[in-house]
Amino acid sequence: MTSGANSLRNGPDEHGRFGPFGGRFVAETLMPLILDLEAAYRAAKIDPAYKAEIAELHTHYVGRPSPLYHAARLSAEYGGAQIYFKREDLNHTGSHKINNCLGQILLARRMGKTRVIAETGAGQHGVAAATVCARFGFPCTVFMGATDVERQMPNVLRMKLLGAEVRPVTAGAGTLKDAMNEALRDWVTNVDTTYYLIGTAAGPHPYPEMVRDFQSVIGDELKQQIIEATGRLPDAIVACIGGGSNAIGTFHPFLDDPEVAIYGAEAGGYGIEVENGHAASMTGGRAGVLHGNRTYLLQDKDGQILEGHSVSAGLDYPGVGPEHSWLKDTGRVTYVPITDREALAAFQICTRHEGIIPALESAHGLAQVLKLAPGMGKDKSIVLTMSGRGDKDVESVGRYLEKDPSLVV
Amino acid sequence: MTATRIDRRFAECAAENRPAFVTFVMAGDPDPDTAQAILDGLPGAGADLIELGMPFSDPMADGPAIQLAGQRALAAGETLTGTIGRVRRFRQKDDRTPIMLMGYYNPIYIYGVERFVADAAAAGVDGLIVVDLPAEEDSELCLPAIGAGLNFIRLTTPTTDDRRLPTVLINTSGFVYYVSMTGITGAAITNRAAIGAAVKRIKSHTDLPVAVGFGIKTPEDAAIIGRDADGVVVGSALVSAIATSLDCGKATAGTIEAVHKLVRELASGVRRARA
Repeated sequence: MTSGANSLRNGPDEHGRFGPFGGRFVAETLMPLILDLEAAYRAAKIDPAYKAEIAELHTHYVGRPSPLYHAARLSAEYGGAQIYFKREDLNHTGSHKINNCLGQILLARRMGKTRVIAETGAGQHGVAAATVCARFGFPCTVFMGATDVERQMPNVLRMKLLGAEVRPVTAGAGTLKDAMNEALRDWVTNVDTTYYLIGTAAGPHPYPEMVRDFQSVIGDELKQQIIEATGRLPDAIVACIGGGSNAIGTFHPFLDDPEVAIYGAEAGGYGIEVENGHAASMTGGRAGVLHGNRTYLLQDKDGQILEGHSVSAGLDYPGVGPEHSWLKDTGRVTYVPITDREALAAFQICTRHEGIIPALESAHGLAQVLKLAPGMGKDKSIVLTMSGRGDKDVESVGRYLEKDPSLVV
Repeated sequence: MTATRIDRRFAECAAENRPAFVTFVMAGDPDPDTAQAILDGLPGAGADLIELGMPFSDPMADGPAIQLAGQRALAAGETLTGTIGRVRRFRQKDDRTPIMLMGYYNPIYIYGVERFVADAAAAGVDGLIVVDLPAEEDSELCLPAIGAGLNFIRLTTPTTDDRRLPTVLINTSGFVYYVSMTGITGAAITNRAAIGAAVKRIKSHTDLPVAVGFGIKTPEDAAIIGRDADGVVVGSALVSAIATSLDCGKATAGTIEAVHKLVRELASGVRRARA
């Protein structure tokens, strides 16, 4: 799979670093736990029984492989490259998050843990975590910012029905970073019993590597499917970035294919020139240390972390997975900010032209696709990872459009 | 390394056959002037060593009391530059009481590690306690701090077993800070007996003094923990005393005395520990 000293797929090193990024910046109480986790993951990764169980669940529980769909109307409408969607929105639970949760819940079971905690922003990861906990019989506590609890009520109800306890977090602005702080506080308190199921490819080593590996099923399938469809690799691939798990899973299998251009769409909010008005940690932040890793962060001049803003609750996290920070610095991936307005437009266009309601997160990626496609020839292909479905967003999108009719396209 | 203020202070307390009393307050809480007066009065109220919190927006290891103290300090405009300045002013009056800056890494990283350790040492800071820098990340700050003549005090916890302790202790100096529980600051201690055993276990690995913190709230707690420990740390209870004294978030005439009174009571508990 990975090959050669010059491969971009060799990270992280034994200290959990991707270049200067990543690492293990955690309290001593947690250090023995993440060392145990790393050992358990190393053992699981080479265990055929573990891999077989994941494959079985992918097929019969998640519904993998997810289809690669040719968005013919959009392609024609934009008059350029052939646009394809990798349909993670069709997965069980409605997003890519289930890929990671399955891998981690089987690991929790191998480690003899008896309780699972998770953080969630939009609730997609919370729902996926609650789902696998129901399936495997674990009690589950999901930490969710109080602001997010309010704006993502359907997902809160889903988690509760699945048997999870949803704990609203009122600290800070009550969004994803505050939920993650509170999950870490719980973990540091309940070290013996509890498995922390992190939802994105961030946090202390080995989480960024582990989550990437679980999500790489997206890119691996995509590579095979696009070759079947077009006879060659895609010319460009695009994914949205909050913490960046669907993106790293999409990108990683293509990192050593220089002919494939790779784009990550960050949440540009009101615009990256607006202070604390966006959640574009790479295009509008700088390197720092938070939640166990060094990575690009939204922060003020004194190193205090900002909350950020995005129309999408799943993207307004002030950090990003450390491998993305490294891929930005190496120049292999181009990261671009997409504003709320652009994402809302793409959301409506996709819904009307393809009959697919995308998650607002995925709509950020689509906005970037719609910028690129017209400038590419009709014989070129561009693939978007449709990371999730937008049912959870219809209410809030309706409200935005009603409040500001200029957003209607 | 020559004896530091921290080494000397623990030796003095040991010579009096009593544990050292270590107080934690948040720099800049609730406002710059009140915070300076609180800090300056701590030794007179019975504090042997001082941990001065560097406020951070995301204090992952802290409970609500210290989270709120940090928010008050940040809202009142505290910065790392301001915190270092507070130590400089303290040193003009007191050249013997050790001060450790305690907090999280990111504000230091953004300030610049080399500049930070130089400025801190010049201001009269004696040691650093940085929660999110385990031994695995020693090259980040621990080694530069030692190079600047600062002690780097490491937290050890109930999850730090005998196999791991040597790794944790290797670059530790000044004292070892034993966290009494798996949990966050301000939580309740559930098993006092286990703490004594843990202190003895750590002392079998090192000659450094061992101070115990997290969950010590009353003079009685301090007296019991102080039987086995070389130092007793109180933080959340002190910042809660500040919080309770405030009126609509602002300091009142009673704020400074509220903290110093509690410090006096706790200090008497510490002094009773082995009486």
